[in-house]
Amino acid sequence: MLILEYIDKLLNGDKRTCARLISIVENNEEEAKNIIKNIYKYTGKAHVIGITGPPGGGKSTLTDKLAKELRNKGKTVGIIAIDPTSPFTGGAILGDRIRMQDLATDPGVFIRSMGTRGYLGGLSKATQSAVKILDVYGADYIIIETVGVGQSEIDIVKNADTVVMVMVPGLGDDIQAIKAGVMEIGDIFAINKSDLDGAARTAAEVKAMLDMGPRKDRRPPIVQVVASLNKGIDGLLDEIMNHMEYLIDSGELKNRREDNIRMEIIKLIETEIMRIVLQKSQTDRALEKATSEVVDRKTDPFSASESIMKLFSKNV
Amino acid sequence: MFDNESLNQIKQSRNEWEETQLKKTLAKFPERKEEFTTVSGEVVNPLYTPEDIEWLDYNKDLGYPGEYPFTRGVQPTMYRGKLWTMRMYAGFATAEESNNRYKYLLEQGQTGLSVAFDLPTQIGYDSDHPLAEGEVGKVGVAIDSLEDMETLFEGIPLDKVSTSMTINAPASVLLAMYMAVAEKQGVTPDKLRGTIQNDILKEYIARGTYIFPVEPSMRLITNIFEYCSKYVPKWNTISISGYHIREAGCTAAQEVGFTLADGIAYVESAIKAGLDVDDFAPRLSFFFNAHNDLLEEVSKYRAARRLWARIMKERFGAKKPKSMMLKFHTQTGGSTLTAQQPDNNIVRVAIQTLAAVLGGTQSLHTNSRDEALALPTEDSVRIALRTQQIVGYESGVTDTVDPLAGSYYIEAKTKEIEDKAMEYINKIDELGGAPRAIDMGYIQQQIMDAAYKYQREVETGARIVVGMNKFQVEEESPKGLLKVDPAVGNLQKHKISDLKTRRNNELVKEKLEALRSACESDENVMPHILEAVKTYATLGEICGVMREVFGEYQQSVII
Amino acid sequence: MNSRPIRVLIAKPGLDGHDRGAKVIARALRDAGMEVIYTGLRQTPEQIVSAAIQEDVDVVAMSILSGAHNYLLPRVVELLKQEDADDMLVLGGGVIPDEDIPGLKEAGIKEIFTPGTPTTAVVDYINENVNRQ
Repeated sequence: MLILEYIDKLLNGDKRTCARLISIVENNEEEAKNIIKNIYKYTGKAHVIGITGPPGGGKSTLTDKLAKELRNKGKTVGIIAIDPTSPFTGGAILGDRIRMQDLATDPGVFIRSMGTRGYLGGLSKATQSAVKILDVYGADYIIIETVGVGQSEIDIVKNADTVVMVMVPGLGDDIQAIKAGVMEIGDIFAINKSDLDGAARTAAEVKAMLDMGPRKDRRPPIVQVVASLNKGIDGLLDEIMNHMEYLIDSGELKNRREDNIRMEIIKLIETEIMRIVLQKSQTDRALEKATSEVVDRKTDPFSASESIMKLFSKNV
Repeated sequence: MFDNESLNQIKQSRNEWEETQLKKTLAKFPERKEEFTTVSGEVVNPLYTPEDIEWLDYNKDLGYPGEYPFTRGVQPTMYRGKLWTMRMYAGFATAEESNNRYKYLLEQGQTGLSVAFDLPTQIGYDSDHPLAEGEVGKVGVAIDSLEDMETLFEGIPLDKVSTSMTINAPASVLLAMYMAVAEKQGVTPDKLRGTIQNDILKEYIARGTYIFPVEPSMRLITNIFEYCSKYVPKWNTISISGYHIREAGCTAAQEVGFTLADGIAYVESAIKAGLDVDDFAPRLSFFFNAHNDLLEEVSKYRAARRLWARIMKERFGAKKPKSMMLKFHTQTGGSTLTAQQPDNNIVRVAIQTLAAVLGGTQSLHTNSRDEALALPTEDSVRIALRTQQIVGYESGVTDTVDPLAGSYYIEAKTKEIEDKAMEYINKIDELGGAPRAIDMGYIQQQIMDAAYKYQREVETGARIVVGMNKFQVEEESPKGLLKVDPAVGNLQKHKISDLKTRRNNELVKEKLEALRSACESDENVMPHILEAVKTYATLGEICGVMREVFGEYQQSVII
Repeated sequence: MNSRPIRVLIAKPGLDGHDRGAKVIARALRDAGMEVIYTGLRQTPEQIVSAAIQEDVDVVAMSILSGAHNYLLPRVVELLKQEDADDMLVLGGGVIPDEDIPGLKEAGIKEIFTPGTPTTAVVDYINENVNRQ
């Protein structure tokens, strides 16, 4: 099988193969399964960093600078940069690379841009698989840069070991807007463009927000950076390393990865059940029948779904 | 301008006309289109009457040429005194070849020089830099060191010509080289006349030849303002450019709004650095585009003049009238030229020339018919220059000042553009000024939206471009286009390595280190750049030092 | 679901900063349902090829107005060949004289779009000629 050949090359760090495999997991679910089944045993080595936060916060520049700092320490880096896909045309403009031009020809860096392709949550559906491929490819660190839409960024937690929440002064109101739930996902807060007026205020707001939140063993640190001038990046990377140390020492890494894997399995089961149920109900036209019965008030949505599920459980 | 009674009468007669005459005609002969719009997409009414300029207060809004608010022009006699400076942007390949072209143009009656630099020069790289590969001498002349500059102006007395240099990020270095050449000719800096473009904000917005980040770039510009106000008083220290913003696809009102917003940022930056507004403002100049929509363009220039005068007086408290005058250079719109039927471009350029002249430009470059295909040939450049001369000497539009003033349409349009431009300026102020608005991508997004809209209109045929989407013909490939010898790159490389064996390298190093310290401190860098240039330090070496201290700008992606 | 948007890399090789054409095309391709990886100004052939490989694109489209096309465009094709990636469709656009086009095509640039080309023509060309596996 061609896939196995590919995997051999991937393990040898072949760039084109890595790129190809990411395309396959993006485009073909069946082959994606096949690939992940074959490479899974080699995964789990990379430290996965999520970079999230509101749009205009300088996430790409920060990613660029973090990657450079990691390269200075001799580490290899994989970057997945996600931009929104147009819901109307299915097209997308993926422009994050523009901030990472110096990294383009660095053999120790692999950058991949992905469109969300209709997937909500700030990532793309294939992100998780792409991370695994980059992990096997040999990236010591994998940075995922999310779309940056504020409210729907929480998926990053399920995919990253360390989540860096990027904030900028001048978007003050946005902190209010995104605090619900989203603020809690930050393991580290980076106040970017901290040379601008209002940086101290933003930091204070984040601090206040953290004070209000539930008490945790570990309080997320707040780091001031100016990504465009490469200021404070070493400090941020130190905090990222500290976080990994904390995860390991506290046993949190195991918990977190367990949680994530559990979630991943549940998600896959959900998807599979949905697929089977919909497929089954399609052949029997059960869904259409049930729908029209509900429309006619002969039954209700709850009873209808229960009867479809019964149909399905008989068939498993 | 009109009393209430006559306005009422006009309203009444207009209603009558619409109800009877117009209605009848429309019933039989409907108009060609449902809606008529300018090139900028603004709706044009079928007719303009005194009602459209009810607001007009002659003395306040128009006044007299040479007087505030300068709507009718910056000089009292305008072209009756002297015609605009016919200034053709030229330069290619080596300094020797460009020098020959300049001498030719001066013989042909051109009255000022305009230097085009190649891209490596514009981005502060020497010809032997890897990124310069394939680019040396292509879109302008390659200048690596003072030696090239000496060749470029060989036999041209710098106290007699005015020279415009299209140079931005490394403007300080090229100005210093120009001063050093003058010194060798025995011409003191106070005699030098000319302009450096020196407008970095529009590079971030539209033109793309930036080097340093915003802050150090603004500081370099302010350093030049300060230095020139003391030592090179006749030099125009900046040409705040809407030209490229328009080429990138924006509307006429956006061209005015974004350009003046950039102007405001420069003024604020200089004031913040402790300069007095009336010391540097008289040396600010502007640079606009001329598109095909003749009347919209004329209104645009008039609107820009009035708006800038008001901004300088009211916002910055300028006292000298010269500080409030918007003087500008114009170039006909490169993006309006078609590769199809290139001779049609001669006509487009003629219309655009009229627009610039009716709008009161101080100098003008006319594009050549073949510029959508390649760099212009000498023949094409001559036709373009002749176009200016025909408008200047034969058309008669130069014989009276601001001849279109008082046209209901022109005055209404002038105000419309002024108001719209002011809205953009207000929006940019809200965002924290032009540099911040650029950083956030606001300006780029506005331009891109307008450009895409225009492109759609052309592609759907809603907007006709003659020869391109209508009236096409089968064409043969144009012949005899100008080719730059690819050997220029190697020639320049040799010149640099040869120079480096001849000059005093110890002295070069010393001056570059002095420049580095100046960059790291608050000192004005101009004297240090001048010193370095004189030791034949190369452009790349000088910009290299500044790159190390200042860092490099990162582009935003706005599509 | 095996939907697969065409992926296109749009780059500005060389030093010229005129990106109106590149951006208009980028938008038009997006509106035609393609994924456009936009890499911006001042790209070296090495950077372009490296990005094309990592992004696993179907098309590499380059816009150039500075006159350096005869050097830069063939260089990109050459590097793609070295990387075994010459199955990608390589396109050029910008101010490129007719007389240079045959040489560029011979060098492996599949099509050159000169000023005045409607964006729809580019979209159609890509749809018809993309080398999809």
